[in-house]
Amino acid sequence: MKELRLMKGNEAVAEAAIRAGCDGYFGYPITPQSEIMEYLMAQQPEKTTGMVVLQAESEVAAINMVYGGASCGKRVMTSSSSPGISLKQEGISYIAGAELPCVIVNVVRGGPGLGTIQPSQSDYFQSVKGGGHGDYRLIVLAPASVQEMADFAGLGFDLAFKYRNPVLILSDGVIGQMMEKVELDEFKPRFTKEEIAKNTPWATFGKTDDRERNIITSLDLDSAKQEKHVTHLSEKYKLMEENEVRFEEFQTEDAEYLIVAYGSSARISQKAVDIARAKGIKVGLLRPITLFPFPKKPLAELAKQVKGILSVEMSLGQMVEDVKLAVECKVKVEHFGRYGGIIPTPDEVVAALEQKIIGG
Amino acid sequence: MTEEIIIAGFGGQGVLSMGKILAYSGIMQNQEVSWMPSYGPEMRGGTANVAVVISDERISSPVINSYDTAIILNQQSLDKFESTVKPGGLLIYDPNGITHHPTRKDINIYTIEASEEAGKLGLMKTFNMIVLGGFLKLKPLIQPEFIHKGLEKSLPARHHKLIPENEKAIEIGKGLIKAVQVL
Repeated sequence: MKELRLMKGNEAVAEAAIRAGCDGYFGYPITPQSEIMEYLMAQQPEKTTGMVVLQAESEVAAINMVYGGASCGKRVMTSSSSPGISLKQEGISYIAGAELPCVIVNVVRGGPGLGTIQPSQSDYFQSVKGGGHGDYRLIVLAPASVQEMADFAGLGFDLAFKYRNPVLILSDGVIGQMMEKVELDEFKPRFTKEEIAKNTPWATFGKTDDRERNIITSLDLDSAKQEKHVTHLSEKYKLMEENEVRFEEFQTEDAEYLIVAYGSSARISQKAVDIARAKGIKVGLLRPITLFPFPKKPLAELAKQVKGILSVEMSLGQMVEDVKLAVECKVKVEHFGRYGGIIPTPDEVVAALEQKIIGG
Repeated sequence: MTEEIIIAGFGGQGVLSMGKILAYSGIMQNQEVSWMPSYGPEMRGGTANVAVVISDERISSPVINSYDTAIILNQQSLDKFESTVKPGGLLIYDPNGITHHPTRKDINIYTIEASEEAGKLGLMKTFNMIVLGGFLKLKPLIQPEFIHKGLEKSLPARHHKLIPENEKAIEIGKGLIKAVQVL
């Protein structure tokens, strides 16, 4: 049987990273995610698995340490919260451009600017539409429970290496700070030198006489080559859209209305569905688990069945744009959100559904 | 069964750890649990609260705005959370330091003189377990064997020698609970 523990989301992602064979964590503290590095430091994995845990001098330094570690074929990760993730964007763009695998955790707080330390989901655009410069995409996983914070560490590394692409775990202050029951995976060994040479032949693990040197860069001054490179990236993103869409449906079979929500908003909306159903309103919930690639097809299918869709986010309305694109405006789509660190209540979600979708 | 509980008081009273022991005991009893603390500016102002949900079923929202039970350990928390108890619900408070007592007529109200008793017995460190005992007397959601396991899981091994003292405090708390208003 797997080990059962009561853990914070932040602790769960940290423990799961050690167990997933992570080689290095590089971070800089910021509320509400500081427990990730605190937990790793307390575990001292350098004495057990050999994993490095390092507090960098800044967020910019941390993401560039990740760039360096990933270049060598290592499983490396960093974490921060919204303002710190903004600082990391240049590095993230370089890592995407250089086609390197890594896991980045954003435990979102309210913005813009330093904003607030309370939970929010206002970094959706930054996460799925770029954030840094250039034509690139991150695979974005949105955990809605402490269990998923743990599960997505391992899944994140697997996807990052499968596509040679950074993976972002987009969490928030609720999921990071709350404690729930979590089942932990067995320890997976770190890659050996031989495995790195075999699995990631592109990495800079030390040149031998029998091959050309590997070069890791995101720079190509020859525009024709750069265009070819970006086309290659776009093909990779298409493959992700074909193969990696993940979502969960809740009470959609007979639904006349639909709520779309991810992360902690999905948990709140699930309770809203129960409350609305008790009032006789046939509503279901679609929870995107991957925000990129976005579950466009299941949404388009449900749009044929329902009379209206409410997108619930802790923001002014960001994911709602992707919901509208997915259903091609064939059905009414409205947004409901609280922001600035305020968490909506299930009753508020039901009221918004009644006013904006059913009554409107 | 789903029980939604808010525990609130001053930082240092063991509010968060009481919630953690309750939640861990719930897991040991094979139930679903969630533990959602205040971590924001409120906490930095000296008050602490945690919402604990124990259920037979998968828990939807860990963020809740009305509770089956409120366990209240200071005046600010009483002022803030009295109105959030569901009609017919339970409010337990330590009257030490309370000048404005609860006034609702539609809930069950009990007091527990835990800080006075803990002071008398020199058990200030297990004050929160006295309070937990009072709650478990009224709502025996968790069997004592699972509380024991919850304590084992919540406390680091070097503190396991203190478990009997904590269990004694829970028993003391069961005897201290006093009805103020029973519907």
